[in-house]
Amino acid sequence: MPSESAFRRPEGTERLAAALTGMEVPETRLMEVCGTHTMAIARAGLKRLLPANVTLLSGPGCPVCVTPAGEVDRILRLAREPGVTVVTYGDLMRVPGSRPDRTLARCRAEGADVRWVYSPMDALEIARDCPEREVVFLGVGFETTAPGTALTVLEAERRGLKNFSLLSLLKLTPPALRALLARPGARVDGFLCPGHVATVIGAEAFRFLPEEYGLPAVVAGFEPGDLLAALCALLRQVRDGAPRLENEYLRAVAPEGNSTACALMERVLEPVDARWRGLGEIPASGLRLREAWRAFDAGERFALGPAEEGAEPARCRCGEVICGECGPEDCPLFARACTPETPVGPCMVSGEGACAAAYRYRGLTDGEEAER
Amino acid sequence: MNEPVVTLDHGSGGRKTAELIRELMLPAFDNPALSALGDGAALDLAGPLVFSTDSFVVQPLFFPGGDIGKLAVCGTVNDLAMCGGIPRCLSLGMILEEGFPLSDLERIVASVARTAREAEVQIVTGDTKVVERGRGDGVYLNTSGIGTLACPGLTPDAIRPGDRVLISGALGDHGAAVMMARNGFAGGDALRSDCRPLHRLARAAWEAGGVRVLRDPTRGGVATTLNEFTEGRTFSIELEEDALPIHPPVRTACDLLGLDPLYCANEGKLLAVCAPERAEAVLAALRALPGGEEAAEIGRVTERYPGRVVLHNFLGVGRVLGVLTGAQLPRIC
Repeated sequence: MPSESAFRRPEGTERLAAALTGMEVPETRLMEVCGTHTMAIARAGLKRLLPANVTLLSGPGCPVCVTPAGEVDRILRLAREPGVTVVTYGDLMRVPGSRPDRTLARCRAEGADVRWVYSPMDALEIARDCPEREVVFLGVGFETTAPGTALTVLEAERRGLKNFSLLSLLKLTPPALRALLARPGARVDGFLCPGHVATVIGAEAFRFLPEEYGLPAVVAGFEPGDLLAALCALLRQVRDGAPRLENEYLRAVAPEGNSTACALMERVLEPVDARWRGLGEIPASGLRLREAWRAFDAGERFALGPAEEGAEPARCRCGEVICGECGPEDCPLFARACTPETPVGPCMVSGEGACAAAYRYRGLTDGEEAER
Repeated sequence: MNEPVVTLDHGSGGRKTAELIRELMLPAFDNPALSALGDGAALDLAGPLVFSTDSFVVQPLFFPGGDIGKLAVCGTVNDLAMCGGIPRCLSLGMILEEGFPLSDLERIVASVARTAREAEVQIVTGDTKVVERGRGDGVYLNTSGIGTLACPGLTPDAIRPGDRVLISGALGDHGAAVMMARNGFAGGDALRSDCRPLHRLARAAWEAGGVRVLRDPTRGGVATTLNEFTEGRTFSIELEEDALPIHPPVRTACDLLGLDPLYCANEGKLLAVCAPERAEAVLAALRALPGGEEAAEIGRVTERYPGRVVLHNFLGVGRVLGVLTGAQLPRIC
């Protein structure tokens, strides 16, 4: 296992932190679009090191969070089908659909067979061990998990597993950023681009931000040192009025990404219109199995039909949080009706959600910090 | 294959049960109180006493650094020690699933016996039940234990501002090892549960003097235990992130699994709050014993943030450490 500790706190990190705090820029709104960034930033308390007039917002970067309530309702219906075993990443277990008390965890407590795994390949083991059951893997994620999901389908085909299928909820990052920027009143002055997504699709996939929208874009890693360097780079671009694409995650991200992973994704999956929580329907922003592998499509196998318009939970502002239009603390439910124990919206459930990050890593108030 | 397995007869109370006790339990736990084979054990203990109980449902049953048997002894022994007790004797309740390999049961019983010797306790009474196949998960264990109270008055109420927070070693080893084993990731030898009896370390700590409270931070980890100290009280506990001993493989495993070592279970670590002038002596006493070599001071009791636990990182940013929320860590003990 390679250790990231050398990057956790490289030499000069404290200097970088001071440089960030001292950066003189006009009022600026930056956005990170990766749930792992959201968590890492909150954990290290990096927002406190930003100049006072710089805001860092969380964008549509948490795969569970952007899955709309109607889609969750469809998953819950599937889980209640007799003979069906639903296999999922843990995050999805506690995400409510349009009714706050309906979750996969609840379905499981009531007798549905729902299992959680860390890798889609584990779903194939379950399918092999339970030949009498229909095993459906819930493919949630962005470009980061898509290649592994594609590979799982190829492997299921190779093993001749007839009782395995995929419900693809996979989504693509660049179309979401375009949709976000097209929203009336959208105001983002620069993007911290998702490091993990970029390892797959390449830093170049984000060049449209400076070139078409005139916005600074910096691909970032996940350790405090990585994030500080990337935030400094972003603010330097803002200060100099010189937007461009920078890659501050060189040890993992190549300009063109990972060609093997991209080829795999391209071979098995094709873009499809998809609905996002907060952002609504975005053309060609999801991924589904290509014709040749449609036999593994759970949507077709169980004639699920499209996800319905499922209403978002009352008063929940997850949709706006995902678009960076409000912060977790602006939601009337935050830390009151909505906590990690009793989550109302997905942003409080997911390990990558903005609300969960804000709740778990509560900072000290300015007064308290000054006291120290 | 014709591997000997647990059958319903083993729990019937009849001949097979007697055979199991005579051939497996008695040789392993050999002591006069048990050998009498009464309905219970007669003990010759003078009070005041401490008493505790714990049940064990860990999966997998065998994990790097331990197994359910070792865990079951350590769990109750450590609870007794944290109460200021010297552990004396344990009961052992076993719920076995029909079809469970007898060879695995033998390994678990041997592990219970070995750990009991290490912890200087006797298994003086026990019970075995068998449930139908599919109605259990191999083995569930329960241990209850009695100890003689040697250091009364250990309580969070005794904590005062200025006190020091000490830990007997690195954080999160058990939680990380079990979660990695559960998910089939090979952590190799680098990742092992810290499961061990803490009775000697506890005694060394209170004999060094100035100890206000002892706790073994199991489920919920160090952060949750410290919150139990501060909740509803007028003091705060402030930790320095850089001072936290965390083994690099645990850090990596936690990154991989999305866990936080501060919230990961420990099964062989003692958390002590002690008077500032005794901190060095307590640390020295801990470091002199096996399992205490990496003992460290990790924080202080202050008055700045009443009722809260605050972690300061190397960038000088503080954040509140709440109780464990939302994380999915089932069946780790």
